[in-house]
Amino acid sequence: MGIPKICGIETEYAVIQPKLGEQNPIHASSILVNAYAKQAEVSSKSGVAYTVEWDFNDETPGNDVRGLAPIGSLPPIVESHLVNAVLENGARFYVDHAHPEISTPECINALQVVKYDRSGERILEKAMSLANEALSPEEEIIVYKDNSDGKGNSYGCHENYLVDRLTPFGEIICHATTHFITRQIFTGSGKIGVEATGVDSDSIKYQLTQRADFFEEEVGLETTLKRPIINTRDEPHADATKYRRLHVICGDANMSETATFLKVGSTSILLAMIEDSYLTKRIIFDNPVRSIKEVSHDTTLRKHLILNDGSTITALEAQWEILNSASEYISRGGGEFTGGEVANKIINTWEKVLTGLENNPENLRSEIDWIAKKFLIESFADRHNLSILDPRVRLLALQYHDVRQGKRISEIIGLKQLIADSEVNEGVNNPPEETRAYFRGICLQKWPDSIVSANWDSLVFRLEDDYLKRIPILDPIEGSLVKVKSLLERVNSPNELIAEIELSNT
Amino acid sequence: MADQEYSKEHIPNEDSDTSPNEEEATQNQINSELASELDGLLDEIDSVLETNAEEFVKSYVQKGGQ
Repeated sequence: MGIPKICGIETEYAVIQPKLGEQNPIHASSILVNAYAKQAEVSSKSGVAYTVEWDFNDETPGNDVRGLAPIGSLPPIVESHLVNAVLENGARFYVDHAHPEISTPECINALQVVKYDRSGERILEKAMSLANEALSPEEEIIVYKDNSDGKGNSYGCHENYLVDRLTPFGEIICHATTHFITRQIFTGSGKIGVEATGVDSDSIKYQLTQRADFFEEEVGLETTLKRPIINTRDEPHADATKYRRLHVICGDANMSETATFLKVGSTSILLAMIEDSYLTKRIIFDNPVRSIKEVSHDTTLRKHLILNDGSTITALEAQWEILNSASEYISRGGGEFTGGEVANKIINTWEKVLTGLENNPENLRSEIDWIAKKFLIESFADRHNLSILDPRVRLLALQYHDVRQGKRISEIIGLKQLIADSEVNEGVNNPPEETRAYFRGICLQKWPDSIVSANWDSLVFRLEDDYLKRIPILDPIEGSLVKVKSLLERVNSPNELIAEIELSNT
Repeated sequence: MADQEYSKEHIPNEDSDTSPNEEEATQNQINSELASELDGLLDEIDSVLETNAEEFVKSYVQKGGQ
C-alpha cells in the first residue's frame, strides 16, 4: 500500500536508589531528566533544548480505535506537570508513571531503531552519571532496562509502527495476535519465577519473557492494568485520515541488538503483509491470553497451543509459517517500504534464529536475551553451587539489565553488536535523516532558545516579535533531510524559516 | 571486552585425515578452552556484581508503569 514502515520504541526504565530506604521514583526520575537537560545551559550544542516543553495539546491517549471507549475502560492519565525534554536527536526523554522513559525518534527501519534504542541507553547512562555527580553517595541512582520487579509490578517497552489507515483493524488484531504470542521465543528477556495469577509459583523456575504474566485481555485500551495483547490506542500523531500508529505494549525490553532488530523487523514486515492483504492463512488461538503465558512458561519451545478449530500448533511452527510468508513477500518486492537491504537482513536473521531455536538454542546465546541470561545464571549457579532462586542468582538476572559501561553484563558475555559504538554515539546528538525527526532535531540544534514547545507532529516557535507560531508536520515522512536540508541551511532565523514555509504553501 | 564475541564456534581441525582419537583429543582441548573462557567470564561477573544480594534484590521494587 506504499506506507513506509516508520517505527520507534519507547522504553520505561526501572529506577532505584539502592542506598536509600524509602524510594521516591518520581523524584529520582525527574532528577535524571533534569540533569541531562541542564547540560544545555553549559554548552551551546550539547544535545538538549532545556527550555522546550512537551506540548500535550494534541495528545489523545483515550481515543480508542473501536470508537467510543467502553464504559469502565481506563485510558492512561497523561501527567503533564512532570519533566519532559525534547532532544537534539529528535527523541523524547521524560518521566512517566514513576519511571524515566526514553522514546526514540521516528526511525525509517528496524536497524535504525536498534541504533537509537542504544543511543537512548547512552543518554540514560549519561543522565545517571551527571545526576550522581551532584547527589550524595547515599542518593546514588541506578536504572535498569527491564520490565518486571519480580514482585508483581510491570512497566513497558512499547513499539510503534506507522500503518495505513485503510487497513481493517480486525486484520491487524488477527495476525498480530498470532505473531505477538509466538515471537516471544526470540523477543523474551527471560525471568526467574512466575507472576501470573493462578499459576503455581513452584512450577516455573525460569520463563522466556518478563511481560507475558501481565497480559489479561485480548484487545483493549488500558496499559497499566488488565493489559491487552492488542492495544487499541488511536493517537497517530499524524494525519489521521492517512495513518494509524499501532502501539504495541506486549514486548520485552531487549539488551541484545539482534533481539531488538528481529522484534521490530519481523513485526514491520508482518504489518506490511497485512496492509497488502498478503497473508491468506489465519492462525487463531482458542485462548490467546492463556497461550501468551503458555509460550512464555515453556523453555522447551515444544508446547502444543490449542487453536480455535481444535487443532494445535507450537510457537516455532507458527513463526515458521509467518517467516515463510515474509520471505516470499520480500523476495517479491515487499522490502520497498520495510527497509530494502535491511528487510533482507531481517529475513536472514529470522531464519537463522528459528533454525537455532529448533535445533540447538544454546548456540544463540550471543543473540537472544532469554538464552544468554539462562546460560549465565545456570553457569553462575553451577559454579557457586546455588539454586536458581538464590538471591545472588536473582541479582545476576537483574544486573543483566544494567546499562552502565563496565557493569553491563551483556557486554561481558559478548552479545553480538549490529551497530558500531561510534554510530551509537552519533545517534545521541543527531536525528535520523529519513523522517520528520530530522526537522525537529535540526531546528532544536539551530534555535533551541526560540522553540517554546514540541510534539511529535509540530514545533512551536517564538518569533522575534514574541509572536508564537506552530509548524505542523503531520506526515512522518516529511521533514526529512532530503526535503528540508537546503531550506534549513538557507534560513538564518526562525522568522525566515516561517516566512519561507508560508511562501511555499501559497 | 566490548569487541569480543563469546562464541562456542571454535574453528575445528581442518585436517580431514585425523583419527577418532585425535579428534577426541581436539574436542577435549576445545572443551577445556571453553571451560577456562567461561571461568574467566564468571570471574569478571563476580567482580561487577553488587554486594548484599539479598538486600538488593529484596529492595528492588518498582511502581507499575505502562
